[in-house]
Amino acid sequence: MDRTTIDLWVGIFVALGFAALLGLAMKVGNLTSSKIGATYSVTAAFENVGSLKPNAPVKSAGVLVGRVDSIVFNGKNYQAVVSIKIDKRYAFPTDTFANIYTAGLLGEQYIGLEAGGDEEVLKNGDKIAKTQDAIVLEKMISQFLFSKASETETKSVTNTPVPNAVDNTPAANAKAGKSTELGDPPF
Amino acid sequence: MQYNLLNSIANKLRGIGHRMIERTWRLGVGARLFGLAIVYSGESFKRFNLTLREIYFTGVMSLLIIVVSAFFVGMVLALQGYNTLQKYGSSEAIGVLVALALVRELGPVVTALLFAGRAGTAITAEIGLMKATEQLSAMEMMAVNPIARVVAPRFWAGVISMPILATIFSMVGILGGYLVAVPIIGVDDGAFWSQMQANVDVRLDIVNGLIKSLVFGVACTMIALFEGFDAPPTAEGVSRATTRTVVISSLTVLALDFVLTSFMMVV
Repeated sequence: MDRTTIDLWVGIFVALGFAALLGLAMKVGNLTSSKIGATYSVTAAFENVGSLKPNAPVKSAGVLVGRVDSIVFNGKNYQAVVSIKIDKRYAFPTDTFANIYTAGLLGEQYIGLEAGGDEEVLKNGDKIAKTQDAIVLEKMISQFLFSKASETETKSVTNTPVPNAVDNTPAANAKAGKSTELGDPPF
Repeated sequence: MQYNLLNSIANKLRGIGHRMIERTWRLGVGARLFGLAIVYSGESFKRFNLTLREIYFTGVMSLLIIVVSAFFVGMVLALQGYNTLQKYGSSEAIGVLVALALVRELGPVVTALLFAGRAGTAITAEIGLMKATEQLSAMEMMAVNPIARVVAPRFWAGVISMPILATIFSMVGILGGYLVAVPIIGVDDGAFWSQMQANVDVRLDIVNGLIKSLVFGVACTMIALFEGFDAPPTAEGVSRATTRTVVISSLTVLALDFVLTSFMMVV
């Protein structure tokens, strides 16, 4: 077949296209970083996984060591069973602690592994016994409010038997947790 | 008087109906042309240098406009993104912003719009003029199928060129964004790329962008070919067909973009 300059230009064009695609896949996308080599899988049961999703990172000491494979609901004991794939290069003791953390204040959730001190290591199909659930922000806030409320209640109870000793200025009332003309103190 | 009023209303209605039927007719002819282009594409692949020539004219010749506009689009994205992101103290996310905007949306869409203006109009004018100068009829006389000889190579050239152009657009745009973000604004070099890599998914973002550009390639090329084939064989007819190519292609690309994005979001 005759070679023409058009062939050359089309060849350059196609090569540029492939180079751009390669650049997108390698430099821009996560094709390189998402690959972990041979893995072994372990499971961990959580009461609440929050917004953990399959393919979420599994980190130990902040370093990526694996990924979440699947999350299924166990109908018998109402727990979420998370199966994790961990890189074969890393062995963890059997008493490893699995926590669900949040990256940053509003970031994605990931599993953090804290190694224990056991001699034996986790093998394929093992179960991590020690787990800590995802923190649900609403629950935490309501618990905080609840504990604060009970605190002020006990304070006001201890204050009532000696009514004569306290002055009745609004500021003092607010300090003691009593209601003033400004309304109830928030906590 | 009464009769005149009724008559004018009836005429309006008739006009609307006529236009609707005309549009439907054209849609049908376009679909038939698309089918024929697919059927006869085997013949055009046998003589691949015809397609190669068209890739040169639609793809290679569009490279300059694609690269230059991608560069500026990337730079503007980085500047504008930085403006807003630094208010929230997360100017490192500028890489993610530029990459996702380009790979998902701007790459395929702006490439398709430029392609319609740069290559689509050329196809329409060329085929329209071929028709006006009776070259297509001459081909038929010589037992050369004009669809296999003229339409199919141009169709495949457009379909092949568009994803390549869109990929180049995205990559050059990201490089343009990099040039503004890192040396000029002073975002950290490592954070720019690592944040990008952490948040751009190959399957969900890059492959979906490629699928989009492929669909746009089919749509833009087919519209340009059909408008050329359907143009009245006069100077005015060809000029109108060329205008219509740009208008219809742009609208189709934007509408298709919405449809495709909504499909991809579900999966």
